[in-house]
Amino acid sequence: MLSTLVRLTRDWDLAEDALQDAVLVALEKWPSDGVPDNPVGWLTTVARNKALDRIRRESTRPDREMAAMTRILTDEAAHHESEDTLRLMFTCCHPALSSEAGVALTLRTVAGLSTVEIARAFLVPEATMGQRISRAKKKIAVARIPYRIPADHELPDRLAGLLAVLNVVFTVGHHAPVGELHARVDLADEAIRITRLLANLMPDEPEVWGLLALMIATHARRDTRVDDQGDVVLMADQDRSRWHRTEIAEAVALTYRVLRRRQPGPFQTQAAIACLHVQAATYDETDWPQITELYRLLEHLQPSPVVTVNRAVAVSRAFGPSAGLAVLDGVEGAERWHLYWSTRAALLAEVGQPEAAAEGYRRALDCQPNESDQRFLRARLSELES
Amino acid sequence: MPRYAALIYGAASTDGTPEEWAQIMTEYTEFQDAAGAAGVLSGGEALHEVTTATTVHRPQGKDSDVVRTDGPFAETKEVLGGFYLIDCEDLDAALHWASQIPGAWHGRVEVRPCIDFAAGQ
Repeated sequence: MLSTLVRLTRDWDLAEDALQDAVLVALEKWPSDGVPDNPVGWLTTVARNKALDRIRRESTRPDREMAAMTRILTDEAAHHESEDTLRLMFTCCHPALSSEAGVALTLRTVAGLSTVEIARAFLVPEATMGQRISRAKKKIAVARIPYRIPADHELPDRLAGLLAVLNVVFTVGHHAPVGELHARVDLADEAIRITRLLANLMPDEPEVWGLLALMIATHARRDTRVDDQGDVVLMADQDRSRWHRTEIAEAVALTYRVLRRRQPGPFQTQAAIACLHVQAATYDETDWPQITELYRLLEHLQPSPVVTVNRAVAVSRAFGPSAGLAVLDGVEGAERWHLYWSTRAALLAEVGQPEAAAEGYRRALDCQPNESDQRFLRARLSELES
Repeated sequence: MPRYAALIYGAASTDGTPEEWAQIMTEYTEFQDAAGAAGVLSGGEALHEVTTATTVHRPQGKDSDVVRTDGPFAETKEVLGGFYLIDCEDLDAALHWASQIPGAWHGRVEVRPCIDFAAGQ
């Protein structure tokens, strides 16, 4: 709805205000009149009228007023919704905006999160996040960042930026950095929904399908990632009977189909790894040697300490904890990442070094992960200390 | 049509051989021909070297004494060497043209939207 209003008004604040007006009308009318048959269509129509009211009342710019009113009055309505969402995404992820601003703006406008939620998710004060978002909106308006889907020759570059943002949105939804894990499941759904839309609109882009398959395979494990108390459950201990089988089947089919194109990329590689995990009947039956090779490919395509830490885990399963620790010894620049320390700690415990392992868990806690991760780390720590 | 200033930053013009500068001037002529033919170019100047610059400042407010400082406001390796005013539909078009200014490869080009007071923006 918001993306449609942005397209019509070309004014992000006006679009948000109009939608808010419409919601207020709904809150007033629906309890007595009943919810309309098509609530989204109803809200969009009311918001369009509210936008017209606001333009007539407030505008000091006759040319823009006329242009926006013409667009609103001649628009054929809801069938533009999916393309509008894409336009909004590409605008939020425009290279003239910083990637931080792009993620924040996408979460605010596409996913509809509040500034407070986004600020918490990225560990910055609310005022800082509010400023980041309003500065980005102002730049879009004043510098006239276009509201459109990029042309073919710009696409590879622009698409990579968009996929990176969608991946962050999914990761935030799937693995909320702060607060309770289950709080943002809908954000992961939203990321999958938009990525699927993107894949259908751009079916020739293998990395889009790769990202989609990666998200679906990862999300298929959502019900088992935390227990009833909200504590983290490691993949080794997850109840595989509660993984979503149809979703896994879709992720695997998508991955095989896209890999046959032989245009490998980072998201396709990660999708292949995720599929190997969810296809294994038990943790021990996972194809660790192949996962090790895939992580090696990923390190080549997109080197990062995070990838190397993941390869260390795969190596430790395939060739033993000492081999995994040897890989971890070569990692630089992951000292502020809790999973680096907890991985090291777990392997140290396996090779019979409990003191060093306990120190690793303490370092992991120093990185201030989310509450359920903290509970998990404290539990491991107290096992070692007892 | 929205107007953008493309501010060209680069090394001082005292660097480089005459042959190198002749080559650069040819590149600028090519850009101006292309942008002029497309109807994008609405102005621009090349500036004398930064040692000729004077910065004025009234640190105590509007009616206070003028402080005149030799040189540009900030000491940087790359200096503002000139600018174009380009009229483009949106930022993508402005960045497209700005990236064809030779300063984009000899230095950097900063694109800033101009304020259109008539439109109230």
